[in-house]
Amino acid sequence: MRTSRTLAVALCAVALTATAACGKDGTPGAAATASDAPKLPTYTVKTDAKVDSPIIAEAKKRGQLIIGAKADQPNLGWEDVASGDRSGFDIEVAKMIAADLGFTPQQIKWQTLVSSQREPAIAKGQIDFYVGTYSINDERKKTVSFAGPYYIAGQDLLVKQDNTTITGAESVNGKNVCTATGSTSIKNIQQYSPKITQFDTYSACVEKLLSGEVDAVTTDDAILKGYASKYAGKLKVVGKPFTKENYGVGLNKDDAVLRNAISDALKAHEDNGDWKKAYDATLGASGSPAPEVPALDRY
Amino acid sequence: MSLLNRPATASVLYDAPGPKTRARYRLFGALSLIGVAGLLWYVVTALSDNGQFDADLWDAFQYTYVQQMILDGLVSTLKAFGLAAAFSLTLGALLAAGQLSDHKPVRWLCVGIVQFFRAMPLLILIVGLYYAFFAKDPMWALVLGLTLYNGSVQAEIIRSGVNAVPRGQGEAAYGLGMRKTQVMTSILVPQAVRSMLPSMIGQLVVTLKDTSLGYIITYNELLFMGKKIASQPLNAAGFPYIPVVLVIGPIYIALCLLLTALARWIEARGRRGANRRTSAAA
Amino acid sequence: MGFLFEDDNFALFRDGFLQTIELSALSALLALLLGTLLAAFRVSPVPVLRAFGTTWVTLFRNTPLTLLFFAVTFGLPPLGVHFSHLVFAVLALGGYTASFVCEVIRSGINTVPLGQAEAARSLGMTFGQTLTLVILPQATRTVLAPMSSVFIALPRNSAIAGAFSVGELYSAQQTFSERGYSIFAIFFWVACAYLLISATVATLFRFLENRLAVAR
Repeated sequence: MRTSRTLAVALCAVALTATAACGKDGTPGAAATASDAPKLPTYTVKTDAKVDSPIIAEAKKRGQLIIGAKADQPNLGWEDVASGDRSGFDIEVAKMIAADLGFTPQQIKWQTLVSSQREPAIAKGQIDFYVGTYSINDERKKTVSFAGPYYIAGQDLLVKQDNTTITGAESVNGKNVCTATGSTSIKNIQQYSPKITQFDTYSACVEKLLSGEVDAVTTDDAILKGYASKYAGKLKVVGKPFTKENYGVGLNKDDAVLRNAISDALKAHEDNGDWKKAYDATLGASGSPAPEVPALDRY
Repeated sequence: MSLLNRPATASVLYDAPGPKTRARYRLFGALSLIGVAGLLWYVVTALSDNGQFDADLWDAFQYTYVQQMILDGLVSTLKAFGLAAAFSLTLGALLAAGQLSDHKPVRWLCVGIVQFFRAMPLLILIVGLYYAFFAKDPMWALVLGLTLYNGSVQAEIIRSGVNAVPRGQGEAAYGLGMRKTQVMTSILVPQAVRSMLPSMIGQLVVTLKDTSLGYIITYNELLFMGKKIASQPLNAAGFPYIPVVLVIGPIYIALCLLLTALARWIEARGRRGANRRTSAAA
Repeated sequence: MGFLFEDDNFALFRDGFLQTIELSALSALLALLLGTLLAAFRVSPVPVLRAFGTTWVTLFRNTPLTLLFFAVTFGLPPLGVHFSHLVFAVLALGGYTASFVCEVIRSGINTVPLGQAEAARSLGMTFGQTLTLVILPQATRTVLAPMSSVFIALPRNSAIAGAFSVGELYSAQQTFSERGYSIFAIFFWVACAYLLISATVATLFRFLENRLAVAR
């Protein structure tokens, strides 16, 4: 039994050296950004913002706004693990809203949530609101409410660069298609193929696509384009969207005041050009020009 | 007397090998060594051919922020484990006492609780608690889930330990005029805990490992951090799932082995103390 | 509580239930075979095999099952091993449980009276014969009780597979909560299913215990 103790000590030493402070700082990709790349806009924080919502009152009291987001979607909702910085279109939209509610980017506490955790986290108040490829639909409206839409995506397919057999939703029958648990994408693809692999994140699906375990990954084109641009030369988006997904900001079902305030914030930043600038600096890098700003649906 | 306490060379399961047998064992040994080594070699080369040992894939680990994240995750894991261990041992003692109670309703209630939580998957328990009550504070969903499940198992261990104490001990204590509570607390439970310590520690190891389920309910423990590193790669080399497993896995194994070593040490101390008392009395 | 009988919910629940049983049964089989083999390794006269058994048990007993699922699901494909997610889950769950089975059997071998092995040897039996014809059959009786807790734990542990693309009860629970049904109602039905499974396993072991007790 002495051997197991020696082993334990040795492993512990290895673990400690591995985590000892001997590392690099900063972001690896930051320096590579070209100087002519579109710049991110900055948003003026409305310090006099008056929003008569219990959620915002609570957030003011704790001095922090807790926003739910995705962390593994390039150009959309991304967190750099080397620095903890968040970037992407959804993150920018969240910052715009936060600014109009009277919170600086430093006052935002990000909470990463996977698709299937969104409804309970919003309904039970783990987060104040959620910005992260959240499709508005009637089923979800039973538990949460939505401000928006602030972007319109369509469900598409991500395949390997050399794949020629998958050309659209009609051609996936019998193919192994991967998507995330708790997403709208599952129900849509089920009509085309019964063979579905499910993980809690899209990144797990993309890993499975890269290793050849699945034939395609399906979800909204905005998400897929981010992966396709990150793994340029290895993966491509088929480019035939077969649904329409209205992205909204998810929030508590009963807080109409906050919903209106978020809608107002979206409208203001869409009108002053921030929306487009943010798009160009983030999703634009995935290779498609900015679309028309979708009309808000205030219900 | 047991078969395994003897040195392996003189096991009763097989004769002391003669020259022919020794040669055969050596052949088996060599063949299995080749087999195991071949398998290891295949695994390592296949992983390396696959690019799993490329520096790009391990890039994340050299950043201070990532290292800090792993340390934070480790601290969160230990925090949840500490709380769950303390609570589950307390709950285990209470439920065991309840199961051995003379009052039928109390006994039935405790047996029911123990059987229910022993049968429920911890994952479903934790996710249920998180969705229903603790969405704001996932750590408590994890701690409470671990407490309910492991407390029930600890209760079963303590109960079977008490039942295994020779009947004469309890009878002698009653004969001295002790009341049930006294018999329990000063005679039966101390002996039960001593004999059941290995199983109780074994269950604590399970508790420690099960804290990893916290990743599913957004609790920032070690595995949650590992998954984050794996699913948000810094470069386009791919997703470092294997590097993360190779880093996080040894940390868990080391923690569990440390806990087991600690348990053995406590056990050895306890036994030494007991011996000293007996010899002093004699 | 009634949501289970609306729409296609019952079909989903039933499929999840059956998948949990299939996964548990296959893993139990693998765990039993592999665990026995590992136990034989651990008491064998060949040092390399003993070391292999010890390493396996140390690694698998002390790694969280979730991490093992990650290792199998994302670690085997790069090794050129391609299976369905059900098979991956069986490998992870079976390999994990095998380390517990091995320890139970090993302590069971411990309880067989010395004279039995000695008598077997004096009859000229080899290690393999001693183990399979004399020791293991007798050890079976004493290991039944600890073995039953290992195999009651197995279907519970199988829930983790739900997070790795196996459509069992946990994943059914996820789908139901996405559909917005009350968490308490969902929990009630899923709890019933697991209680049924664990009660069945417990009964099975009690039956075995009785049968073998008579045989003695």
